[in-house]
Amino acid sequence: MPVIAFRQALKDAMDEEMARDENVILIGEEVAQYNGAYKVSQGLLDKYGPERVIDTPITEEGFTGVGIGAALVGLRPIVEWMTLNFSAQAFDQVLNNAAKMQHMSGGQLRVPVVFRGPNGPAEFLSSQHSQSFQAFYSHIPGIKVVAPSTPYDAKGMLKSAIRDDNPVVFLESELMYAWKGEVPEEEYLVPLGKAEIRRAGEEVTLISFSKPMQMVLEAAQALEKEGYSAEVIDLRSLRPLDEQAVYESVRKSNRCVVIDNDWPVAGFASYLGWLISRNCFDSLDAPVELVTMEDVPTPYNHAMELAMQPSVEKVMNAAKRVMYVTQ
Amino acid sequence: MAEQVLMLALSPTMEVGTIVKWHKKEGDTVAQSDVICEVETDKATMEYESVNEGTLLKILVPEGGQAKIGDPIAVVGESGEDISSLVEAAEQKAESAAAAAGAKPPATEPPADVKPSMAEPAKAAEREEKPAVTGAKPPAAPQPADGIPALAGGLKASPLARKMAGEQGINLRTLRGSGPGGRIVKRDIEKALRQVASYGAAAAVGVTGPAIAGTPAVAGPTASGRDEQIPVSGKRKIIAQRLSESMYSAPHYYLRIDVDAGPMMTARSRLNARLPREAGGKVSPNAFLIKFVAESLKNYPSVNASWQGDTILQFGKIDVALAVAQEDGLITPVVRDCGSKGIVQIDRELKILIDKALTNKLAPEEYSGATFTVSSLGPSGILEFTAIINPPGSAILAVGRIHKVPVVEDDGSIGVRSQMMLTLSCDHRVIDGAVGAAFLSDLKAMIEYPIDHLY
Repeated sequence: MPVIAFRQALKDAMDEEMARDENVILIGEEVAQYNGAYKVSQGLLDKYGPERVIDTPITEEGFTGVGIGAALVGLRPIVEWMTLNFSAQAFDQVLNNAAKMQHMSGGQLRVPVVFRGPNGPAEFLSSQHSQSFQAFYSHIPGIKVVAPSTPYDAKGMLKSAIRDDNPVVFLESELMYAWKGEVPEEEYLVPLGKAEIRRAGEEVTLISFSKPMQMVLEAAQALEKEGYSAEVIDLRSLRPLDEQAVYESVRKSNRCVVIDNDWPVAGFASYLGWLISRNCFDSLDAPVELVTMEDVPTPYNHAMELAMQPSVEKVMNAAKRVMYVTQ
Repeated sequence: MAEQVLMLALSPTMEVGTIVKWHKKEGDTVAQSDVICEVETDKATMEYESVNEGTLLKILVPEGGQAKIGDPIAVVGESGEDISSLVEAAEQKAESAAAAAGAKPPATEPPADVKPSMAEPAKAAEREEKPAVTGAKPPAAPQPADGIPALAGGLKASPLARKMAGEQGINLRTLRGSGPGGRIVKRDIEKALRQVASYGAAAAVGVTGPAIAGTPAVAGPTASGRDEQIPVSGKRKIIAQRLSESMYSAPHYYLRIDVDAGPMMTARSRLNARLPREAGGKVSPNAFLIKFVAESLKNYPSVNASWQGDTILQFGKIDVALAVAQEDGLITPVVRDCGSKGIVQIDRELKILIDKALTNKLAPEEYSGATFTVSSLGPSGILEFTAIINPPGSAILAVGRIHKVPVVEDDGSIGVRSQMMLTLSCDHRVIDGAVGAAFLSDLKAMIEYPIDHLY
């Protein structure tokens, strides 16, 4: 099976869907002539022309609104946000237009748009450009939020997102674009809303999604070396959320750590922790632990920037806490 | 944060403990599992291992003093912490405990800095603001009918541990938690379960060793000739507790019937002669009995049931346990779903389970949740006996020795029969006498004329 980079998997997904359906368009800052700020849309302008691969001014609220409007009248736009940080400018469009139109029109209108771009901290970008948006967007009823962690899922889920009749926020990561993985040549789709068990284990369930997944798998391996068996779940999709996969695992392992590279207060991990506490109460041998960012703006100083984020060591320590292993 | 060190149930029947000796003094550092004091229970003097960590800030019950289970005996925390409210609450609890127990407060003077609370108006006012913490008299803990104190604030257990304890009938107060602050967690329950010998066929207790051989192993009852206090293992505690619970909560009655074991033993000989040698050894009479029991339970499903308080749980499967004696107790491995298995398969599973039982390798799920239990003391020469019901089941079959007896045959001649006495103990809450009798008669017919049941 060919091994390709995450960015290539995303490009292939868009390419295949644009070839399949002429209503699919790509719009955003530097997506056309520059081939994407992170080279995700490499070659798409040449292949599909400036009517379907459209460079916009630096006006997130404007072009996000254009994408939503285009979706309302029958196109299937992919709106690229250069980073999710800039989507804050367009938040009203997502919250009040994309997420609400179907509801407010009594089901007459559909908004089949995909908003995609890198989410969460990369490196050396300081506090305004290192933010995670999963909690903000997952908070909103009316949109789907997905966050794959492998090139295989990135391609299969982006294709599903483009074909979905609901607005989908598709979370990527700058540091993940170069990650490589096996992706088959033949066409496939990965459904939205299904979690994946990345590693089977018995004594503790580690739940995460997107970029932290590699770190969590590393922690699970390190735990195994110390004699502890961890099950690792990749949520892949936050909305809809595969609750059953989570509950089945926690009811088996009796212990759970949720890893979310986002602030802890009112975060997605907090919500998932509550769901687990409520639905697996009698199966829990310890309170659900969260490993999240510290509750501070991301520092510029690199050592501090790393220290405020989840790490292999923090995940291992949390796993040991719920297993009552003396450290 | 400072925490109270509570008197634990160091024996299953203990209600009050006396502090014999403090091994730590105020100001000493205390680590988990440190022996902080010795406690005399109703049975023995036990070492009290700390579940708290920190500095021993206050000894609340001096040497010679008594405390009820769940009452604070000391305060552990970080040195320099303000523990006045903890001390005050403890003092009042101790007073009410002493009153409840009808015992005098310890003769030793209370430590000088513990002042009667009424002498300090400021603290009295504070008490009114926080009645839940320092109220004049703590509300009495609800006391269930079985006399085991309900979980009080002092007991910490994970939800899973509570659920497991409930399912297995383990009193959390008899356990010591290994989690933070003494929280009882899954591994503590598992440890207790590993130590459990099944209480089901209690009558079998003590069948091994000198009593049977007829020759005492030592000259006197003890080597020294003096009384000895033998500490009770966790396993023995659980056997004791669960047997007592079964005996005292389930109204037992007993039905006895004599069975002609000849046809069964003949069938067994025939089967064993036919089985290839490598098939795993001879099929035991127990496998036959378990199969017959399962078939009879199919005819009388109301015997395959459990008293649940408000409801009777009729089991969907027939899971039959066999009591197996171990060196330090006994255990009841369970053959699952006997209703749909043949005699040979039951025998093979039974052999594996018995092997594990004798080497202490049974997993909890292999010795719990039997819907019916068989206990056989025939091999020990016992003619007949009664057994204590093994919950959650509602009946247990006690099987005596197969022995030859003279009988008067139908034509008046005297013959010889291989007789076996079966005694069924039933929980009357679930199984009425007529049903129990019908089941046992059916079982007798099943053993004597197995072919009839194929018609």
